[in-house]
Amino acid sequence: MSILIDQSTPIIFQGFTGDKATFHAKEAVAYGTRIVGGVTPGKGGTTHIGLPVFNTVKDAVKATGALASGIFVPGPFTADAIMEAADAGIRLIVAITDGIPAQDMMRVKRYLMRYPRERRSTLIGPNCAGVISPGKAFIGIMPPHIYKAGRVGIVSRSGTLGYEAASQMAAVGIGVSTSVGIGGDPINGSSFLDMLTLFEQDPDTDAVLMIGEIGGPQEAEASQWVKQHMSKPVVGYVAGLSAPAGRRMGHAGAIISAFGDSAAEKAEIMRASGLRVAPSPSELGSTMASVLAAVVA
Amino acid sequence: MDIHEYQAKELLANFGVPVPRGNVVYTPDQAVYCAREIGGNRWVIKAQIHSGGRGQAGGVRICATEHEVHTAAADLLGRTLVTKQTGPQGKLVQRLYIEAAVPIAKELYIGLVLDRRSERVCVVATAEGGMEIEDIAAARPDSLMRVVIEPAVGMQAFQARDLCFGLGLEAPQVPDATRAILGAYRAFRDLDATMVEINPLAVTADGRVLALDAKMQFDDNALFRRPNVRELRDYTEEDPREAEASKYGLNYVGLDGQIGCIVNGAGLAMATMDMIKLAGAEPANFLDVGGGASPERVAAAFRLVLADPRVKVVLVNIFAGINRCDWIAQGVVQATRDQQITVPIVARLAGTNYEEGRRILKDSGLAIITADTLADAAQKAVDALHHVTNNGTAPLRPATVSA
Repeated sequence: MSILIDQSTPIIFQGFTGDKATFHAKEAVAYGTRIVGGVTPGKGGTTHIGLPVFNTVKDAVKATGALASGIFVPGPFTADAIMEAADAGIRLIVAITDGIPAQDMMRVKRYLMRYPRERRSTLIGPNCAGVISPGKAFIGIMPPHIYKAGRVGIVSRSGTLGYEAASQMAAVGIGVSTSVGIGGDPINGSSFLDMLTLFEQDPDTDAVLMIGEIGGPQEAEASQWVKQHMSKPVVGYVAGLSAPAGRRMGHAGAIISAFGDSAAEKAEIMRASGLRVAPSPSELGSTMASVLAAVVA
Repeated sequence: MDIHEYQAKELLANFGVPVPRGNVVYTPDQAVYCAREIGGNRWVIKAQIHSGGRGQAGGVRICATEHEVHTAAADLLGRTLVTKQTGPQGKLVQRLYIEAAVPIAKELYIGLVLDRRSERVCVVATAEGGMEIEDIAAARPDSLMRVVIEPAVGMQAFQARDLCFGLGLEAPQVPDATRAILGAYRAFRDLDATMVEINPLAVTADGRVLALDAKMQFDDNALFRRPNVRELRDYTEEDPREAEASKYGLNYVGLDGQIGCIVNGAGLAMATMDMIKLAGAEPANFLDVGGGASPERVAAAFRLVLADPRVKVVLVNIFAGINRCDWIAQGVVQATRDQQITVPIVARLAGTNYEEGRRILKDSGLAIITADTLADAAQKAVDALHHVTNNGTAPLRPATVSA
């Protein structure tokens, strides 16, 4: 098992015929992911990398039964693409694109709430690396070969730091059930808490690595939830110890602008909530190894 | 993106927020001319720099005669103002804003922010205007009123009225203040702002409602659809290196250390900086080369990082997903040759096409120090720094090609 996707999940890409989507769709297919087609308005009826192209997400869902979509359209059109996917009944929307206006995301989140819970889409991202269930399937831009299949969940704002974590864990023999990049934007689809909830329920996840960064309240909220509800061990790390206040560090959301935003404060909240905080970003794998060893003992 | 006070006032005025009569000026003579045009016998002259705390730093002057206007303008223009937000280097005053000084009966604070907790626009108001909001929040947290706006319908008049009555405004001022608050909200929404602050929103002695100071910040991701906002960008207010970086699609933030960083991904870039710090040195910068970085973009990153004379070592840390290590390696080699780089370079390549990337570095014959892991890379960069600073020269180590 895994969360969000596995080898049976039928997946489409929106912005399918673009360069980035093409490259990563080919990688995904080669990995065994069940990509069933894609959407590029105006190119419906053609085929691309041997898969059908549709004009609308509704058409694609009708013809393929797609349940998940990877969004690769440019930032100015991403909100529209997300809402189209939600309207067509796509259950998992993974928005890889960066550069989405924050107010677009505000409206997207409001739009997603119009559906009753049982048919509401789960949105991952935007501005994220995507989702991978190692050995099964992935939607995203990660290098899939670095992940070893296993029983630890990863949830990370940063894509590349998520890769770093997975490769450190693989080096010490720890595999991953699912790794989720939730993205670096100030308003994102799913939060740390949302993913921790899924990992807590997943019978094939034993522990979770949560990698946050400066800015925003999500790491603290998730830590509180861990303290109250989580039975599985959680290892944490917060990037940006050396980041100065008030400066935006690449990600639109990575800025220390309020109390509790700094890496040191967030790490302290994690510690106080019972998470094991990795002492440095090069000790993500070793910290997880020691936590898992303690569980077995 | 930040803009000047006078620009914010002009934008807000277009949305019905009342502001005093004023003009932007670049010389003392212009200041006197505008004072005359504005009329009255008291004016306020304000230094236009992208920073708060201008008043405390001496950047705001009240003048009662034309002679005082001239003197104040001459004194402020060309001066470097150091506020608590500018850092010790301060900011050069190149333009001033002059407006009619009005007798104030009451100062309110109105702020609109993109609230990350509710993921909506939040309007914050307090009757304790004139102070910095952080200070108000610390001293009188109970005085803050907050209204969260439903994005589907936007701010409603009753919400603004609630704030006005809560702020203790008298009935005659409530309609004007309501209009001002709703105007500020519409400006926020329609211009893709991330912050609008009117501090103070004043009630004058003669009962008018006026925005005496205004600050706006905009969402960089939305500038593509706000050309009239984009053209307000003042490059002279920005770190020239950061402005240069944005031309190449690089994200750069200058810091004070000696190890220059070239990394992909904001999170990994921050983690790399953290590792340098933990290994006992300081990073010179944050730099994210972004996704799909071409050799040219990598070369531009080197130029940018090495333009900082404090940089003694460059650490390249790439964990490629959407990037390609072979392209990055080509960029490193190209930059080292073309820019005749003499400082030690430590490179760690992992992820997509890493074998090819490492082979390119090895075959280049250049003395690039390679590393396998994040910890290894940070340690080698710090070792190289110590080596350089101990000898006072920049020796190139033989390449230690990874197994």
